[in-house]
Amino acid sequence: MVRILHCGPATSIQDQGRFGWLRFGIASSGASDPLALASANALVGNPAGCEAIELVFLGAALEVVGGSVRLALAGARMPLRLDGRTIASDTTFVMEPGCRLEIGAATAGIYAILAVEGGFDIPAVLGSKSLHRRASLGGLNGQPLAAGSEIALNCQAPSSDQALTLAPLPLTADGPLRAVLGPQAQRVTQRGIDTFFGSAFTVSNAVDRMACRLDGPPIELTHGHNIVSDGIVAGSVQIPGSGQPIVMLADRQTTGGYPKLATIITPDLRYLVQCRPGETVRFQPVTVEAAEAAARAAAVALAQVPLRRRPVPRSPAHDDDLLALNLAGHASSACDPVTWQG
Amino acid sequence: MPDSPRLAPCGDRALTVEFAQAIDDGVNARVHALDAALARAPPPGVQETMASYGALLVHYDPTLTSFAELAPLLQERARTLTIVPPRQTGWRIPVAYGSTYGFDLDAVAETLGMAPADVVARHSAAHYHVHMIGFLPGFTYLGGLDPSIAMPRRPIPRAQVPAGSIVVGGIQTAIGSIEGPSGWHVIGRTPVRAFMPARDPAVFMMPGDRVILEAVPTAAFDRLARCAADGSLVAEPIL
Repeated sequence: MVRILHCGPATSIQDQGRFGWLRFGIASSGASDPLALASANALVGNPAGCEAIELVFLGAALEVVGGSVRLALAGARMPLRLDGRTIASDTTFVMEPGCRLEIGAATAGIYAILAVEGGFDIPAVLGSKSLHRRASLGGLNGQPLAAGSEIALNCQAPSSDQALTLAPLPLTADGPLRAVLGPQAQRVTQRGIDTFFGSAFTVSNAVDRMACRLDGPPIELTHGHNIVSDGIVAGSVQIPGSGQPIVMLADRQTTGGYPKLATIITPDLRYLVQCRPGETVRFQPVTVEAAEAAARAAAVALAQVPLRRRPVPRSPAHDDDLLALNLAGHASSACDPVTWQG
Repeated sequence: MPDSPRLAPCGDRALTVEFAQAIDDGVNARVHALDAALARAPPPGVQETMASYGALLVHYDPTLTSFAELAPLLQERARTLTIVPPRQTGWRIPVAYGSTYGFDLDAVAETLGMAPADVVARHSAAHYHVHMIGFLPGFTYLGGLDPSIAMPRRPIPRAQVPAGSIVVGGIQTAIGSIEGPSGWHVIGRTPVRAFMPARDPAVFMMPGDRVILEAVPTAAFDRLARCAADGSLVAEPIL
């Protein structure tokens, strides 16, 4: 099993999500960064949507009990130390019983995924092991992880001692985040639409797994901020009376009564959730056809994650090799390896 | 022949079929008829649907279908809807109004210029229909509120109201499920658990079901709440 020694308050078990329950008011939940989930899982040989530990900005410390375990971390950059030695993220490692893994707070991004080979031996609730915190559904006994949490494993011994590595995932988009206009853009004035697509918005402190409020120039509505409540998807940009957009996320309420100006496309949503409060984002309009094409490309990219794994050569200087490979990866993705090391 | 619904994209993998921006039994019946029609014969690539007051949200897999492919198909289904009567199910829901259970009742009554007992009488005399389940797991929106007790939402929402809160917001009223945020006025509380994952079914009230809210003495609340905690529905079926 894995035993948590300490962790941030929002640490939870998440998988690909809980589907088919929207009609009962239950949002999908699931990893905030699905590509990080797929990457960490690929490194330990799991299917892309397997349950794993989601860390939110803050790190954790944990140990394994009973047998060795293969793990990997992907997503937000969090420094890893195994029994005091720096080890690489985005790379498979094995923990022996008695070892202590220290995960530092994120130096870039917010959401990281720590995957374990085989996943966790906990019950799926309504078809998923993802924690839906407000409903106390899924996860470990319906609760976030905390000091003392013990999570049983499906896999009793590592299936291989071959370490694999992946290039760290980009945490920021190349350009403005893509969004499809609607479904209630007619409730927003042309000036409001121009404001949304023409301005920089700052991620506020009001951000969690449910929603993210953006600060920026207020968006002008045509007449009032109340509509008859209807369904909300992840990525939906709601405009409340204040004019400050609220983007709905994985643990969102399933219906809402504010006009929805646009919907951020799912391949780009991970870049928004990886933004820290104070960071800025911009948006660009795309057609629904372009959005669907982007979604198809993202589905292919996600399916191909396992193909991009590279074996880490074994040598006496094992750890140094891991570190070197990882630093190369970080350097090529414009991260500061000095910061990462610290 | 009613107007064709408005179709609008919701990003790269969902669309909404909007019949009307209205709280109306007839409109809601069309939404649920389309939902039922899609459940009977799901178009390729449609993954999940969610009905609200006046619209049906349709989630699809963009690797299997597209907005352009689904739009004419959904318009055709909407044109040929058979409005079937909802299942003949009704529920009598016990409600403790006022006091610590409905802590906004007195303020609501004062704003409306009524005695609290009048508000309770009007709220519990209505015959409601479940129009949708959403917002939070099992949160049950009812149609049929007496317009004389409609109340604009609170200017500042509360971060938490208790599970089972009976709330009024605008011309809407609802049976709360789990503890959660709310901008609506809390006028009572039911011991009924609209959502209980360990119970089968986890959610038992369905769109179209009739609902009667029955005022019960606050003294009965604790006893009923204990039964509900053991998995009893507490709600009584009505025919």
